Amino acid sequence: MNLARLLWVFFRVGLMNELAYRANFYVQLVQSLLNLGVALGSLGVIFAHTDDLNGWLPAELVALLGVYFLMSGLIGTLIQPSMQRFMEDVRQGTLDFTLTKPEDAQVLVSISEVRIWRLVDVVQGGIVLAVALMRIGARTGLVEALSFGVALIAGGTIVYCFWLILATFSFWFVRVENILVIFQSMYEAGRWPIGIYPRWLKMVLTFLVPIAFAVTVPAEALVGRLTGEVLVGAIGLAAGMLVGARLFWKWGVKQYSGASA
Amino acid sequence: MKGLIDVYITLFKTELAVQFQYRAAMLIWLIGLVVQPVIYLVVWSTVAESQGGEVGGFTGADFAAYYIAMMVVNHLTFTWIMFEFEYRVRTGAFSPLLLQPLHPIHRDIATNTSYKFMTLVVIVPVTGLLIWIFAPRFELQGWAVALSVPALVLAFFTRFLVEWSLALAAFWTTRVQALNQVYFALLLFLAGRIAPLGLMPEWVQTLANVLPFRWMLAFPVELFLGRLTMEEAIHGLGMQVAGLTLALILISLVWSRGAKRYSAVGS
Repeated sequence: MNLARLLWVFFRVGLMNELAYRANFYVQLVQSLLNLGVALGSLGVIFAHTDDLNGWLPAELVALLGVYFLMSGLIGTLIQPSMQRFMEDVRQGTLDFTLTKPEDAQVLVSISEVRIWRLVDVVQGGIVLAVALMRIGARTGLVEALSFGVALIAGGTIVYCFWLILATFSFWFVRVENILVIFQSMYEAGRWPIGIYPRWLKMVLTFLVPIAFAVTVPAEALVGRLTGEVLVGAIGLAAGMLVGARLFWKWGVKQYSGASA
Repeated sequence: MKGLIDVYITLFKTELAVQFQYRAAMLIWLIGLVVQPVIYLVVWSTVAESQGGEVGGFTGADFAAYYIAMMVVNHLTFTWIMFEFEYRVRTGAFSPLLLQPLHPIHRDIATNTSYKFMTLVVIVPVTGLLIWIFAPRFELQGWAVALSVPALVLAFFTRFLVEWSLALAAFWTTRVQALNQVYFALLLFLAGRIAPLGLMPEWVQTLANVLPFRWMLAFPVELFLGRLTMEEAIHGLGMQVAGLTLALILISLVWSRGAKRYSAVGS
C-alpha cells in the first residue's frame, strides 16, 4: 500500500515536471507512431513472402509486437529513467539524500523518476494487443488471459531486477551505464519471437539479457503456445531474481560511502 | 588545396587521439550496429527456409552475405552528426568551431573517417566471426567488386552531406529527434535494410530508385555481391553522382541560412 502511495506521489511529480514541456508529448507521439509504422511495415514485407514465421501467424506476431511496445513503454517510463538517475546520484554523491529518507531506499530509487510521455508506448502497445486479439479471437480463453497476466508480471519483474542488479554495480564501478545501453540495443531483438534465433543467440537473449521472458513468453501465453513448465520457470526466475537483486542491493548500499567523503 | 590536405592530416591525427579515449563507447556503438543486420538476417533466413530454401532469388546463405555486407557498408557510411549537432547548438559548443577559419564540415569528416579507421580493429574480426557463424555464400565478380569501391566512396560522401544537412535542422529547433527518426525509418525501408529492395513491393522499389536512400546503402552492397548487371552498375554510379551534386547544393543552401540563425545559447 505504501508502495502504491509513493508511486502515486512520484507519478504526480513526473506529471507536473513534464506538463511544462507539453510539446514533448507530440514528439513522443510521432516517435511512437513511427516505431509502430516501421514494425508493421516490416511485418507486411515479410508476410508478403510467407504465411507464417517459424509457426507464428501474422496476427500472433502483431500481438507479440503489442507486448514489445507495452514492455518498452514500462521500461522507458519508469525503470530506465529511475536507474539512470540512481547511477548519476551515485556518481555525484547525491544518493545520500535518498538514503537518509525514512523509506526503503530501494523503493525510492526504483521509482525516483517517471517519464510520463513514454506512457504513450504503453497505451499504443495495449491498442496493438487488443487489435491483434480481435483477430486471433476464439483461441484466447480465460486460461490464456490469466497466464498472460502472470507471464507479463513475471517478465516485468525480471527486467526490473536485471536493471537493478546492473545499476547496483555502480556502487563499485562508476561507469556502468554503458552496459545498460547494450541492453537497449539488444532489446530490439525482442520484436521477433526468440524461437527464430540460432541456439547461441537464444541463450544470450534468454539468460544474459532476459528479453525472452520480457516479450516472447507473455506473447506465447496469449496465443496459447506456452507450456506450463516455461510459465513456472518464469515465475521461479522472477522470484529468485527479486530476492537476489534485494540481497545484492543491500550489500551494495553497505559498501557505499558517498562520493566525496 | 595543399593547405586543406595539411589541415586534414593534422585533424586526422588529433581526432584519432581523441577517439582513442572513448574505447568503451565505441564498442557499444558497434553492438548496436551488429544487432539489427543479424536480426533481419535471421528473420529472412527463416522465411527462406519455410519457402523451400529460397525467396525472391535469395537463399539463406545469400541473405547472410547480403546482411553481412550491409553491416559493413552501413558501418563505413554511417554518421552520428545529427545527435552531435543538436548538442552543439543547445549548449553553445558550436561557437568556437565557427570562429575557426575552416568550414566545420571538414573537422566532422576527419572525425568520422578517423573513427572508421580506428573501428576497423573491431569490425574486421566481427565480420569474420559472422562469416564463420552464418556461412554466407559470396559469388564475387572482379569488375563488380572493383566498381563497388567508388560506389562506396560516393555513398559515404552523399550520406555524409545529406545527414549533415539534416543535422542543420538543429539551428531551427532543438527538438530534432522526431525528424531524425523519420529519416532513419526511410533509410530502413528505402535503403534495403529491412529487406533487400528486390523483395519490396513494386511501388517501394520505384520510389527507392528516384530517392537518394538506395544509392547511399543498398547499391554498393548489391554491386559488391555481384547482383547487378554492368548497365545497372553504370546507371547506379550515375545516380550516385547526381545525388552527391544535389546534396552539395542542398548543404550550401541550408548552411548559409542556418549559420545566420545561430545565436549561441547561453552566451
